[in-house]
Amino acid sequence: MKPFKVLSPTAILGYGFPEASFLKGMEEKPDLIAVDAGSTDPGPYYLGSGKSFTDRVGVKRDLRYMLTHGVLNKIPVVIGSAGGSGARPHVEWCRKIIEEIALEEKLSFRMGIVYADIDKAMVIEAVRAGQVTPLDDLPTPAPDDINSCPHIVAQMGIEPVRALLEEGVDVVLAGRAYDPVCFSALPIMKGYDAALATHMGKIIECAAIAATPGSGADAVLGVLHEKHFVLKALNPMRKFTALSTAAHSLYEKSDPYHLPGPGGALDLSNVTFTELETGEVEVRGTKIIPTNPYRIKLEGSSPVGFRTISIAGTRDPIMIASLDIILKEVKARVDELLAKENTEAKVFFHVYGKNGVMGGLEKGVYPSPFEAGIVIEVLAQTQEAADTVCSMTRSTLLHYGYEGRIATAGNLAFPFSPSDIRMGEAYQFTLYHLMDVSDPAAPFKREIVGVGGSK
Amino acid sequence: MKNLRELARVIRSKNSSPMKLTLDIIFKDRQTFEEVKARNLINKSLIARAYQVPETEIEKVIYFDPALAVKIGMPRPVRSGSPGDTDVYGAQQHGPLLGIELDI
Repeated sequence: MKPFKVLSPTAILGYGFPEASFLKGMEEKPDLIAVDAGSTDPGPYYLGSGKSFTDRVGVKRDLRYMLTHGVLNKIPVVIGSAGGSGARPHVEWCRKIIEEIALEEKLSFRMGIVYADIDKAMVIEAVRAGQVTPLDDLPTPAPDDINSCPHIVAQMGIEPVRALLEEGVDVVLAGRAYDPVCFSALPIMKGYDAALATHMGKIIECAAIAATPGSGADAVLGVLHEKHFVLKALNPMRKFTALSTAAHSLYEKSDPYHLPGPGGALDLSNVTFTELETGEVEVRGTKIIPTNPYRIKLEGSSPVGFRTISIAGTRDPIMIASLDIILKEVKARVDELLAKENTEAKVFFHVYGKNGVMGGLEKGVYPSPFEAGIVIEVLAQTQEAADTVCSMTRSTLLHYGYEGRIATAGNLAFPFSPSDIRMGEAYQFTLYHLMDVSDPAAPFKREIVGVGGSK
Repeated sequence: MKNLRELARVIRSKNSSPMKLTLDIIFKDRQTFEEVKARNLINKSLIARAYQVPETEIEKVIYFDPALAVKIGMPRPVRSGSPGDTDVYGAQQHGPLLGIELDI
């Protein structure tokens, strides 16, 4: 079997890569250029609101390299989890960028688009039929929970991407996809081992993060053989080592030996990482344990109200010493002031210098800090109510006459005017569940379009 | 007694899902890792004491030989990015690990 070379330019589309690394990758004559664009790391807002967490200019910059070099050299380009969260508005956002590049660079190609949006009625029906399993400690979703998500996506496996590649498209633009899929679908279609292709995808989807020194913004090459794969850094300042590669198996995973994905789990129990003389690493022994039924992971976040915040600090040792009590009293005072105003809201104080970073997990007892930062977070059913409660809380805290106070001009240092900031609609993750499917490709709608005048 | 900082080259935390945190300790050398593993020096009880939570909160401690690493799993107090959360990525929840002393 001829080696199959996959060029992974960057860990997240839009994070960038040095031009020299990308061009070095092109000299290797890759069989595929692929990038994963997504993550749930930045939280529930982006999926719920339909917005990208990556910057448009950054995404366009990265895609321009990938598309021009891919299309002109007839190398397939596959983009997974478009727009970060991979719902329809994210895919459309990325598609517009691709169309702009095609126009500007006079490129013409056939593009397969696969959407990851899952019909709500289908999810409700699957829950009723007992085909939806919660992950971690989430409850089984009620129909209202499901309907409250503006977008529900599922992480697709290779099947829908493969269906487009079999049509001979030049570019695949995929919605939410299991991270390795954009790297593994084409080699698996060509007969390479699915376990090795998936494991290689799992590593190179993070680009050079698994190399040393690691970087999410530098290109790497994965070379798939019949019984093993080889990882190769493309920047002379980095190399893969057995340890750097093995350590990456830990990253963001709950169990480094078993990595679950659509349709099966990678089993790394017998994997070996061997350093080659050239600073490359050879990986062998990955297995896949298929799951029956085939399961896809649903993701959905739902609105929980509107948020307004205010940022301030204090340098007063008397105030800092009794800050917990002061904040409690201020909250009670504001509740009393607004008792008849129909402005129900949740108020959270994030106190930096005390437990702003770890919140409920902070159990340590420490000496008083010399200064403390306070973020007032207010969440209400309307933006106006959030504004009101934030404003009242801020002004009450600013002038509150706490026990022992001697600085009577004001309790807070505000870095900005205005002091209060509208954060807009807030979301929470509601769906993070597995759903059984009989056909792994069927839930994912597909179309093939001509870009830049191509039919 | 040695502080974990002297023995490990990586000590970090991160979400493994919106509901869970994963803590990684990657040791500097195989000898130390093998001793820690053989004597099970890093265990649920030790981590529970470091975080001052009940031992049942520490869901797993897995030794991963190829990376000279120990992985720990525990729940997040609040779902990532939900109202009142303090660390959306879960990337700054490793602090209590830096205070751990091992009898080595």
